[in-house]
Amino acid sequence: MAETVQSEMRHTGFLGLLQRVGLSGRALVMLLPYGWLLLFFLIPFLIVLKIALAESQMAIPPFTPLIETVEELKYQITVTFYNFHYMLTDDLYVVAYLNSLKIAFISTICCLLVGYPVAYAIAKADPKWRAPLLMLIILPFWTSFLIRVYAWIGILSNNGVLNNVLIWLGIIDQPLQILYTPVATYIGITYSYLPFMILPLYSTLEKLDNTLLEAAADLGCPPWKAFLSITLPLSIPGMIAGSMLVFIPAMGEFVIPELLGGPDTLMIGRTLWTEFFNNRDWPLASAVAVALLLFLVVPIMIFQNVQSRQGEQQ
Amino acid sequence: MPKSWFLRIGLVIGLLFLYLPIFLLIVLSFNDNRSISVWSEFSFRWYGELFRDDQLLSAAWLSVRVAFISATCAVVLGTMAGLMLARFGAFKGRALFSGMVSAPLVMPEVILGLSLLLLFVSMEQLFGWPEGRGVLTIVLAHITFTMSFVTVVVQSRLVSMDASLEEAAMDLGARPAKVFFVITLPLIAPAIVSGWLLAFTLSLDDLVVASFVSGPGSTTLPQIVFSSVRLGLSPKVNALATIVVTIVAIGIICAGIYNARQEKARRRDEQMAQQGA
Repeated sequence: MAETVQSEMRHTGFLGLLQRVGLSGRALVMLLPYGWLLLFFLIPFLIVLKIALAESQMAIPPFTPLIETVEELKYQITVTFYNFHYMLTDDLYVVAYLNSLKIAFISTICCLLVGYPVAYAIAKADPKWRAPLLMLIILPFWTSFLIRVYAWIGILSNNGVLNNVLIWLGIIDQPLQILYTPVATYIGITYSYLPFMILPLYSTLEKLDNTLLEAAADLGCPPWKAFLSITLPLSIPGMIAGSMLVFIPAMGEFVIPELLGGPDTLMIGRTLWTEFFNNRDWPLASAVAVALLLFLVVPIMIFQNVQSRQGEQQ
Repeated sequence: MPKSWFLRIGLVIGLLFLYLPIFLLIVLSFNDNRSISVWSEFSFRWYGELFRDDQLLSAAWLSVRVAFISATCAVVLGTMAGLMLARFGAFKGRALFSGMVSAPLVMPEVILGLSLLLLFVSMEQLFGWPEGRGVLTIVLAHITFTMSFVTVVVQSRLVSMDASLEEAAMDLGARPAKVFFVITLPLIAPAIVSGWLLAFTLSLDDLVVASFVSGPGSTTLPQIVFSSVRLGLSPKVNALATIVVTIVAIGIICAGIYNARQEKARRRDEQMAQQGA
């Protein structure tokens, strides 16, 4: 309805001129964000792809150009799949990919296991408690991510809080080596991404129809069975949204394995970082990025699907 | 509080898990001893050292300026994008646009950082702009990934809001721009404020993207913090963490009180309206 009103209006002067060439105010509003995202989000990926197909060289910038002028009006396009071949044949990259997949997967499961009871508890809580509890979940997210990861160094290190408490309780005699192992990475990722799991889970669980559970109880269904056959299946959309919000960034995580994982915790984000900053091999770093993106296309599509469906529901 | 003891325990464990590490940092920041396992005495020593660290302070000031500019631009772009997705119906290329808006929410930061750096390098080769890497490139990169978060916040507010007020104004002959500034903008103001704060925090906190696109003269606070904690514990960072947590906690509590008051006023108005009718 709003559109018909808008198209009926005829402006004079500058606006009228714009309208006559087919540019309404609407189009002008659309131009800026659309153009911005095309320039700073979509085109960069094409450039990454282009550079992944180039060769590394000692120059500024450190890669070979795609199109070279051989002589006037004669151009040469050089494409090399060397980087991708290298990545597939060198164990380091394959291991890093599989490791990232494993770490992201296990961390997502941990987030789900810790986050589900929390989200469910908040959804079941008295309405006046829900907002403060949610605020408590979101608050850590506003403090620095880097500092929160750093806090775990003090907890997990050999003379850290956890080991001291365990020794004091007499559970262990010698400190456990947790820091600089994959376990520390799982803990770090679970901790950092937990709010991203809890919030979508909460919003599905909160909308859950309570009468279904009441009906089940009236018919003699025990609570645990009602949970398994009603609540759990109905909360699957929230579980998927939350899992994607954890899994996708965790796949490319750099800071957490770098600070907590030790040198043996290979992850693809770290490999990309090393190729780029330490070896200055931009084409190989780009190839790693392209391969990571290919891995993530399916999860990202699932995420966007859930996201847009939620947008429509509201 | 929920009734089932199982859920209560789950909630308490979850909250302890979230808060114990932060609490520990706050306690340690007042420990005079460098070691975490030895408590010597209560002191403000590390706060003193923090405020004498010029490199860290200038990086902090740079980060705050970058975050301020990025958040402000991201709010303008994100509000426009949110308006497009919530109010413009089906337009050409909508699927691509909504994909581009939601992808940065989950995209690994290393990919965002690398792709933006390569864009800036290519642009400099082709057009000579932006010259080198520095504050400008960090700001451009931060606007790009924070605007998505603003868009989501503004869009969900617009979708949950009744469009009838805007339609009424249109029917009465107000131009779209006027409708937006007089009616829509005041109604979505809370979403815009929280979008700005979110963008500011994300920009202030970003390490990975900034590492890719920053130049030699522009080191942000997270970069300084990262290089000092990479080598292990650093008590100065504990002091910094305590300051950050204090500021955030005060901000969130104020926002919570403000929201609660607004809610109360709204309920009172509704009640009065019902009684009147």
